[in-house]
Amino acid sequence: MNPAIASVGLGPYLFVSAALLVLGVFGIFLNRKNIIVLLMSMELILLSANLNLVAFSSAHGDLSGQVMVLFVLTIAAAEAAIGLAIVTVYFRNRGSIQVEDVTMMKG
Amino acid sequence: MMAQLVFYVFAAVLLLSAAMVISARNPVHAVLFLILGFFNAAGLFLVAGAEFLAMLLVIVYVGAVAVLFLFVVMMLDIDFSRLREGFQRYAPLGLCIGGVLLAELLMAFSNWRMAPAGVVAPLTVDPALTNTAALGTVIYTHYVLLFQACGLVLLVAMIGAIVLTLRSTATGRRQNIGRQHARTREETLELVNLPLGENVFEQGGFLRPKGSYYEIAAPGSYGAGEPDKTETEEKGA
Repeated sequence: MNPAIASVGLGPYLFVSAALLVLGVFGIFLNRKNIIVLLMSMELILLSANLNLVAFSSAHGDLSGQVMVLFVLTIAAAEAAIGLAIVTVYFRNRGSIQVEDVTMMKG
Repeated sequence: MMAQLVFYVFAAVLLLSAAMVISARNPVHAVLFLILGFFNAAGLFLVAGAEFLAMLLVIVYVGAVAVLFLFVVMMLDIDFSRLREGFQRYAPLGLCIGGVLLAELLMAFSNWRMAPAGVVAPLTVDPALTNTAALGTVIYTHYVLLFQACGLVLLVAMIGAIVLTLRSTATGRRQNIGRQHARTREETLELVNLPLGENVFEQGGFLRPKGSYYEIAAPGSYGAGEPDKTETEEKGA
């Protein structure tokens, strides 16, 4: 076990990560109309997953967790880029990014 | 002791800035708090001994993703006061669900014990290596296919973002492959004998053939034989 994480312990890391996840989920409910803040809340949730993976990886002395963090970071960056591109195109076409206006494909 | 102090400072600022991200009135402030939160998460990674990932978080998230958010927030002219309607209405439901989720997570953590060592063989590397070197040895051996797939995901995301946001403007010069293949020497080249002491402009200038060049190069036209794309797109918008 890494000496620094040995002195802090795994528990506080897990607690911070759980609190971050809850804040992200709460943010999704709180900002239901603002799609940009929704995307930011998703970034928070992914960050909490990353924090968990890093904490376990360093507590076990196993590098696989950190490799997983690398992959999650990739997905998060791709998701943010595509999401913001969709928001930009939608704003260009409709002039608003109200989440409840996005019903054009509803049957 | 020092590590604990650093951990709690980073964790407290991270959670506070995350709370500000979801409750800030101005989205620009939310993005700035997101950047602060990522910096503190990088600090937590450092405490856990993941130096490479901490630097990666700073570069990728703060340098690219958060700035991308900032660009989009500032570029789009959005009425943010309308977006905040229903803030109070959804807060109780969100608090309920968040509280239930937090309680469940705490229950799960309090009853959880780590499996005894040796149940799963850890992926060990030479402990003398630095974190970056160790990560490199793992990525390029055990996880090389996943790593390549990651690059593919990024490539697809990049192409997708470009395809989504690219629009043909009236002044844009698109490559028209059919036209390019159909062109002949006669409509492209014209040989002119230039008398001694004569100006090129008096012979009609550089652009040849004179007859068709200006029609091809007119702004908004994609050359002969292609329907006018810009008009149909503007109608759809």
